[in-house]
Amino acid sequence: MGTGGATGVGDGTGRLAGNRTRRALEVHWLGRVDYAAAMALQDDLVRRRRRGEAPDTLLLLEHPPVITLGRGGDARHVLAGRDELDRRGIELHETGRGGDVTYHGPGQLVGYPVLALPPGRRDAHRYLRDLEELLIRAVRGYGVHAGRVAGLTGVWVGRDKLAAIGVRLATGWITSHGFALNVTTDLAGFGAIVPCGISGRGVTSLARLLGRAPRLEQVAARVAAQAVAILGSAPAGRFERPEPREAIDGRPVAGA
Amino acid sequence: MRVDVVMPQMGESIAEGTITRWLKQRGERVERDEPIFEISTDKVDAEIPSPARGVLVEIRHGAGDTVQVNGIVAVIDTGDGAETRPDTAAPRAAREPAPAPPEGGAAARAAAAAPAGPAPARGRDGGAFVSPVVQRIAAEHGIDPQAVPGTGAGGRVTKKDILAWLEASGAPPAEAPARPAAGPAAAERAATPARGAVQPDAPAFEPGKPVARVPLTTMRRKIAEHMVESRRTSAHVHSVFEADVSRLVALRARHRQAYLERHGTKLTFMAFFIKAVCDGLRAWPILNSSLEGDEIVYKKDLNIGIAVALDWGLIVPVIHNADELSVAGLCKRVNDLAERARAKKLNLDEVQNGTFTITNPGAFGGLLGLPIINQPQVAILGVGGIQKRPVVIDDAIAIRSMVYLALSYDHRVVDGAVADQFLARLQQALERFDESLL
Repeated sequence: MGTGGATGVGDGTGRLAGNRTRRALEVHWLGRVDYAAAMALQDDLVRRRRRGEAPDTLLLLEHPPVITLGRGGDARHVLAGRDELDRRGIELHETGRGGDVTYHGPGQLVGYPVLALPPGRRDAHRYLRDLEELLIRAVRGYGVHAGRVAGLTGVWVGRDKLAAIGVRLATGWITSHGFALNVTTDLAGFGAIVPCGISGRGVTSLARLLGRAPRLEQVAARVAAQAVAILGSAPAGRFERPEPREAIDGRPVAGA
Repeated sequence: MRVDVVMPQMGESIAEGTITRWLKQRGERVERDEPIFEISTDKVDAEIPSPARGVLVEIRHGAGDTVQVNGIVAVIDTGDGAETRPDTAAPRAAREPAPAPPEGGAAARAAAAAPAGPAPARGRDGGAFVSPVVQRIAAEHGIDPQAVPGTGAGGRVTKKDILAWLEASGAPPAEAPARPAAGPAAAERAATPARGAVQPDAPAFEPGKPVARVPLTTMRRKIAEHMVESRRTSAHVHSVFEADVSRLVALRARHRQAYLERHGTKLTFMAFFIKAVCDGLRAWPILNSSLEGDEIVYKKDLNIGIAVALDWGLIVPVIHNADELSVAGLCKRVNDLAERARAKKLNLDEVQNGTFTITNPGAFGGLLGLPIINQPQVAILGVGGIQKRPVVIDDAIAIRSMVYLALSYDHRVVDGAVADQFLARLQQALERFDESLL
């Protein structure tokens, strides 16, 4: 798999930990999960994280086609009517995350970090920048030079958005929701919305940029490695040998 | 006891938040740390917990309202009897219980200054803070400072506000209001539509204390960080040219009235400078770029920021695609942005995505200034004061209106030869400004 120091994800276990701190980031690959089920899972995890019953966790998964509206969402940014959405098999959900409207579908890597931000990191905008950073670094490994656009949170390649970000902070600075990175997503799904309410810009995917289709699990592993580096307090260097652990739904974390 | 619920600060560079919904209604009981409303800032939606246990007796801002950090959004009555305690010698936001997501780290970063002194009045809607100077003036005239409309940050009542209010209500002011800094030939100022500088409220020193500690406002901290970071990032070099703008002065005098009548806006020198800069940037596009890692990122659009001095700091609203506007269009944009900047009514997108900045260090009578680059740009133009000077033309001495153009640029990316040729081009464009453009 070869993503440098973080090897925990690759060997079928869930736990990656820094050796200088106790703040482990547990990563779980869940495969394809219904949006509603994922939300329920997340809410439960947020509660358990707040009570200290769960560690900082990153859920990586993909959704069947769904359009979601953030709290700041404008329903006018959903261009297709309910009938058409039904016909195309796309669900519609309202959520408690920030941001406007976005589309999720197969081939898109969705990440929900559920973390308790420690006192030194309680900065909502810094957290957004951290999420952008981990994705930017993850795709750099594929030779893609993605970046930021000031004022437009997300990961961009030129004028096109490669990854969307929308976050919820629950009491106690517990994060939920997160990011959605287009790997082999069918970008036609975005035609039904004005993504994040921003017209005049497009969307893109890793597959479109590379001219080939990377495996979702492999991308997930790279994203996980960057997440540990940036969201965890793990310094560069050695990681503890993880113990074998089951993922939340009983499935072990997939290898690359 | 009444406890204020305030808009928390969700991050160092975040100055306000928008309420997305209330989770509790007026009259409902709330527990300490129970989520009572939600806010959004950029792509983040956050639950905000109650600072105290009691009854939510007042909701001052509803869903959709944007409130400054530390602005009061609601009030909780804990039912413990005592009336509002006045803060004595403590920054407003640091009182117990800290109204912010738990640990209250954000609340300790007070947005309002609070030097120790006679007990400052508790803030009202929007957290209007009253400084000891204003308190003193108010006391002298027997009025309630809270009754005075404030134009300062967050509705703050400034010294100017209370003196203006007193004057308007017929009471003679106890002391003369601060005069704006005078400068020669004010009509010749190449201003972003200028008002004079206002003397900041003098700090109130407690008897016996040689210092008065005033916490930084959010804006001040942002400015401080940006300036230092910019110096650390760019290899600042400065080049100074001067341009003969007698022609521009004459053009402006000639067309001013017509502009007011036909376009409803003041013809400002800044519009000429922006036009010249756009022409220069098209000829030397490296000055409209950014350095990211080891790539020079050329920007296609000319988004010109114009620095506006505020009573309490500075801000740089941006004119996007400035090259697509006519002189009249530029005047309107410049005047509108400057006015709204001073009224704190700019939208987020109006201060973003600038590619080049123009500032006017000559606005208060100075010859020139050497500004700090506005990151992540690679250059900034400082326009000095327009002043009549004796100059040599064809071996004779003439009196001309001259202006210094000082370009600060990042030598990592821009070399002196480029900077100077850009400035030379600006100089030419200004000296030969095409009247038909007006």
